Amino acid sequence: MPKDHGIGASQKRREDVRFLTGAGNYTDDINLHGQAYVYFLRSDMAHGKINKVDTEEASKMPGVVRIFTGADFEGIGGLPCGWQVTDKNGDPMKEPAHPVLAQGKVRHVGDPIAAVVAESLEEARTAAEAIELDIEELPAVVDMKAALADGAAKVHDDLSDNLCYDWQFGTDTETTDKAFAEAAHVTTLELVNNRLVANPMEPRVAVGDYSRANDESTLYTTSQNPHVIRLLMGAFVLGIPEHKLRVVAPDVGGGFGTKIFHYAEEAFCTFAARQVNRPVKWTSSRSEAFMSDAHGRDHVTKIELALDADNNFTAVRTDTYANMGAYLSTFSSSVPTWLHGTLMAGNYKTPAVQVNVKAVFTTTVPVDAYRGAGRPEATFQLERVIDKAARELGVDPIALRRQNFITQFPYETPVAVAYDTGDYEATMAKMEELMDIPGFPERRKASEAKGKLRGLGVNCFIEACGIAPSNLVGQLGARAGLYDAATVRVNATGSISVMVGAHSHGQGHETAFPQVVAEMLGIDESMIDIVHGDTSKIPFGMGTYGSRSIAVCGSAMVRATEKIINKAKKIAAHLLEAAETDIELKDGQFSVAGTDKSVAWGDVTLAAYVPHNYPLEDIEPGLEETAFYDPSNFTYPAGAYACEVELDPETGEVTIEKFVSADDFGNVINPMIVEGQVHGGIAQGIGQALLENCAYDENGQLLSASYMDYAMPRADDLPHMANYTVDHSCQTPCTHNPLGVKGCGEAGAIGSPPTVVNAVIDALQSGGHKVEHIDMPVSPSRVWAAMNG
Amino acid sequence: MAEVTMTVNGKSVTKSVKGNTLMTEFLRDELRLTGTHVGCDTSQCGACNIHVNGNLVKACTMFAGEADGAEVSTIEGQANADGSLNVIQQAFQDHHGLQCGFCTPGMVMAAASLLKQNAKPTEAEVRDYLEGNICRCTGYHNIVKAILAASGQDVSGIAAE
Repeated sequence: MPKDHGIGASQKRREDVRFLTGAGNYTDDINLHGQAYVYFLRSDMAHGKINKVDTEEASKMPGVVRIFTGADFEGIGGLPCGWQVTDKNGDPMKEPAHPVLAQGKVRHVGDPIAAVVAESLEEARTAAEAIELDIEELPAVVDMKAALADGAAKVHDDLSDNLCYDWQFGTDTETTDKAFAEAAHVTTLELVNNRLVANPMEPRVAVGDYSRANDESTLYTTSQNPHVIRLLMGAFVLGIPEHKLRVVAPDVGGGFGTKIFHYAEEAFCTFAARQVNRPVKWTSSRSEAFMSDAHGRDHVTKIELALDADNNFTAVRTDTYANMGAYLSTFSSSVPTWLHGTLMAGNYKTPAVQVNVKAVFTTTVPVDAYRGAGRPEATFQLERVIDKAARELGVDPIALRRQNFITQFPYETPVAVAYDTGDYEATMAKMEELMDIPGFPERRKASEAKGKLRGLGVNCFIEACGIAPSNLVGQLGARAGLYDAATVRVNATGSISVMVGAHSHGQGHETAFPQVVAEMLGIDESMIDIVHGDTSKIPFGMGTYGSRSIAVCGSAMVRATEKIINKAKKIAAHLLEAAETDIELKDGQFSVAGTDKSVAWGDVTLAAYVPHNYPLEDIEPGLEETAFYDPSNFTYPAGAYACEVELDPETGEVTIEKFVSADDFGNVINPMIVEGQVHGGIAQGIGQALLENCAYDENGQLLSASYMDYAMPRADDLPHMANYTVDHSCQTPCTHNPLGVKGCGEAGAIGSPPTVVNAVIDALQSGGHKVEHIDMPVSPSRVWAAMNG
Repeated sequence: MAEVTMTVNGKSVTKSVKGNTLMTEFLRDELRLTGTHVGCDTSQCGACNIHVNGNLVKACTMFAGEADGAEVSTIEGQANADGSLNVIQQAFQDHHGLQCGFCTPGMVMAAASLLKQNAKPTEAEVRDYLEGNICRCTGYHNIVKAILAASGQDVSGIAAE
């Protein structure tokens, strides 16, 4: 019987009721009395020198409250980058200024030039058209290699060039070169990890408010981490003390990374509300989102794999150009480095791994973390080059992977991380079983009988989640701690509010987190509510990203609950006139070991708040505890994925006919939610592999700026249910957090793109097409061109 | 400004609206029915799906004035009379057919429209019908399952695991 209660139960989500009845409270549903609306006039050119922004006529337009330009932000901080990366020559990365509104130059299509605050959005938009602009167009900087060539136009005139940093990591050059020189075989692959747009279905929204009564600002915003926004915006941009700044992220309609970052519009609305003394609201349109939400991926890579005569991997070397866009978004610099380089060992015991990354400024939208963030880029290149090596060597790609698996744990990689636990053989075997690998030749024959090619692609991956030990990331350049926090507030009658630093924007924390506390206390989940998303209610937490919520914040919640239990046992011991060490808690009852004496949970909680019969000399009244949890290591979810595609040689169209994921997430709190996370991640990975592409032309114009041009996966693009299995039955619990959990949010997006592309190449090869690689998205036109090129 | 009268979720409403007021704006701003969401500006995402005279309509594609005299139904009008979730809503909860919830109202309205036209759709028919709805969270798997389940079909054998 599956559990229906506590850890491991697939409880239905309580938050669903409000979402299913239209009662959700998203940021755009918030309207404050007297609010004004802001419209941002954005650059329509990629790069230009601002000669004049004349707002005089526009300011006289009906309904205009005030128009702001870059000049209004002189002397005010720019948007900060949260991660310092050190160049291989020892210099800090270049950090250009990132003003809230453009100053001097515009640097990408969508760069905000002016902001019109008006009585209505319509009036703001109309007035913006009357702003007179004199902007001298400068050469666009789009291609990363061209951006680094001598004589390239500079995105930032005060920097020496467009190179943000040149980073080297892992095994030293001499050792790496030697391994390649001695290799029996070297496989090389050049590839692109395509630029994506995260596209949570809720566009970003910000509502700034200001209270003159107590000089306090409030920002309602679509954020995955309200405390991070409060810290960055308060301390670095606007200079508002944290106790005078409240950030609220209510129901948030998806994030996928792009709602981690502190954006100009948030700072603007908070600032403008103070200036005009009324609430100021901005709601992004989807088109605006395409040119103002931080994009993802966009790496151009050459990877080399060295093998000895027995097909053991002896070295990996990778050279990547990583697009930063025009400015450094909040965590942009960490993505191609610490979130990518540290994963380049993959699941394999390769003794030498060297990672080289050049981060480049271009006149495009800033690029930052998107679901997986660095780890999909690492996995894609490694698993693609392994597949190519297997073909070159004439060996089975599954056997080649298996032979090189890490099998002993803990395992220290050459790229600075220590995998605490894992069982890659187990997930591989589970994948093979669910995929029915022996049946593939028959399925291929059946496809061929229909005139289609069929390919099988496999992929293994490892990720580093639960980011992360603060002292470690501090050494690596993070300007933040990465702990999380929880306060467990037990009320007099026994109900509980748990205030958590993690933010739920689809992950189901309101359901899953109470399952943990309920299990620990032996009470019903209905007695426990989760409070999140409001800095005035929750302890200082770092928020939700990097599959960290349950591993880090969940651990904080466990620690706080343990404190509650310890105190409650003291109270129970007093009530039962027994020794504290004899008190046991089971099913919500405190009992004296070996006796029938007991008190109920509610008796103890009531005593804590009505302490008439209470050990006041030993402990304080009340029952509320906070814990901050800083992990000692990352967690390392891993898995083996496989898919089969059918390819129509007439059209180049690829369809996914069968897909299996075998993940090891360690322990699982709510299997239903975990499976949903994997489904979503896989859909985004399949989207990247087959459909999605954020494209610029050579003039820096954004070609994919709406759902007419950017191909989002739809229901009929994804595998049908009968041929689709997500499995998480292989579980090696994390060894260093109290729940043994690893995190599941990003696995699907990391594991699926190489799986799909490997399958496409296998299909083409089976048809006699000597195609070794097609860049994503593997669209029909690209497949057709590869077949007929 | 022109006066419009329509029935929304069974209640008659009369309001003055501007000629260019979109139905999304009318519902969200005038009636405070914020369950109808706006996820795009090119009528692609379906988050604003409502029913107008029984037909599935993207509310961003019509002016409020065009709904004069119409019977309009939104996500707020879908629950049973006692406030409990209706069959489709309940199936979405039972099968985890939603995560962030933003596309959900549009999905539920689309599902209701499909099941009205086709009481026992196949999986392929469900996927085809959802062509006008984008979800970024679920990968659609559990949405499709929920809609099949809401049609009374047994989905236990096609569970994800």
